[in-house]
Amino acid sequence: MDIVVENLTKIYGTQRAVDNISFRVNTGEVLGFLGPNGAGKTTTMKAITTYLYPNEGDVKVGEFSILKQPEEIKKRIGYLPESNPLYQEMPIIDYLEFVANLQGIEKSRIRERILEMVKLCGLEGEKHKKIAELSKGYKQRVGLAQALIHDPEVLILDEPTSGLDPNQIVEIRELIKNIGREKTVILSSHILAEVEATCDRILIINKGKIVADGTAESLRKHAQGKEIVKVGVDVEGQDVSTDDIFAKLQSIQTVEMVDIVHREENTFDVQSKEGASSLKAIFRMCVSNGWTLTELSPVETKLEDVFRELTIK
Amino acid sequence: MKQIWVISKRELQSFFDSLTAYIMLIAFLGFSGLFTWLYGSDIFFVKQASLQAFFGVAYWTLFFFIPALTMRQFAEENKTGTIELLLTRPVNDWQVVIGKFLATLLLIVIALAFTIPYYITVANLGNIDHGATITGYLGLILISASYVSIGIFTSSISNNQIVGFLLALAIGILFHFLFSFLAQGAGGIFSDVLYYLSISTHFESISRGVIDSKDIIFFFSIIFIGLVSTEAVLQKNRS
Repeated sequence: MDIVVENLTKIYGTQRAVDNISFRVNTGEVLGFLGPNGAGKTTTMKAITTYLYPNEGDVKVGEFSILKQPEEIKKRIGYLPESNPLYQEMPIIDYLEFVANLQGIEKSRIRERILEMVKLCGLEGEKHKKIAELSKGYKQRVGLAQALIHDPEVLILDEPTSGLDPNQIVEIRELIKNIGREKTVILSSHILAEVEATCDRILIINKGKIVADGTAESLRKHAQGKEIVKVGVDVEGQDVSTDDIFAKLQSIQTVEMVDIVHREENTFDVQSKEGASSLKAIFRMCVSNGWTLTELSPVETKLEDVFRELTIK
Repeated sequence: MKQIWVISKRELQSFFDSLTAYIMLIAFLGFSGLFTWLYGSDIFFVKQASLQAFFGVAYWTLFFFIPALTMRQFAEENKTGTIELLLTRPVNDWQVVIGKFLATLLLIVIALAFTIPYYITVANLGNIDHGATITGYLGLILISASYVSIGIFTSSISNNQIVGFLLALAIGILFHFLFSFLAQGAGGIFSDVLYYLSISTHFESISRGVIDSKDIIFFFSIIFIGLVSTEAVLQKNRS
């Protein structure tokens, strides 16, 4: 089921929390929603789940609109809100049964579905406990179980790994990845590594507007623009100073700028001119001088840098 | 209909899980039992085979107990955010409001059902007016429904249970005795309006065995206004 967000606007008082954003998520895609706190991630997700009424615009989940057929959407969507709210006084099994009943799962299948969820979310050891007695990580699993119990076609997860320890984070990420193969998933986070590890596509939102949309790879490329490579040279005993190598590198036609990284090791950062690549030229230069290349690796812009550049304005 | 029952069942379960239900039942039966049989103008003092004494006590105990039952129903969900999960399920606001309303009312009906032995006992002691007793119970249920509806509304407007409780009590006081008190001082049409707004006026006539459409309309209006307002609050919180 595709999700299509059309010109969504949500105003709180005088602040435009979400400002006329539009995007599309295709079936089988895991979309990562990135942005600083207060950027409008949660508001957008709440609108998709039909909880918040937008001031303008619409969201279509499959063929259904949040304005016209919210009930149809609610049947097909699984939602894990940011704070993972649960009825603390209820035992896990009772809570899942309550959810299953509300989601309209057939009576005969409820038990089987609950057991499947308990197994899938790793709650077997805890299933007879009350939710209040669980640790934060296990509560998060209950949150996932309630979102998945009716086998929804669309999953909206707001910061699904917040408050978990590193082992649990890895487990939950795996779980989301597996689930994401057949379903449409939107997950928000402000942990960049997480989004990079789990999502097919990334949407960066800042001050209610979309500032970037693409794969992690394409975002990095886009931010980088010019090729930067790290070059290491071994002069094989010749009497050549670092400055000589520097001059030779600088004289390559496609090279725009060279930085010396380490004098002793003869390593340099070489930036090429817009759209050009200097890799072959550097290699040939070394061969013709009788030097050995010890390193020739592209320097990647980190997603952190992309994120900072886009959201700090 | 099925969704309403699913919600009611969970609410009722949570009353029993949190011990609220047991405390309410014991306190209600204790108070009403004490004043019906043992103390004050009890049955043996009045020397009439009638449950008027019980109705008088129940009238007051329910007034205090109901806000204590309803105060957490929405306030807690607003505070923890569970309301968001509830409203993103395939249910509409109305089913949630009515589900919660019915759960509390059902608990009151259970409490009242435990007093049926009083009725049987008194009926064995003398000639009880069966009609007036049945309408008396009906009156208590109508009053309870009105207070539940007010309590659910006040619970929905904030995420603080105490605010919900006190506000429900404050609104309750108006209907419970303030309107009739003011009516005595006011004159003319003003006095008539205030008398009509007083719950005690309507309860007295019902517990005497008189069922008048204007009493029924009165109670149903309060219930309706309370529930509609609650639904309006839920809608407002989402826009």
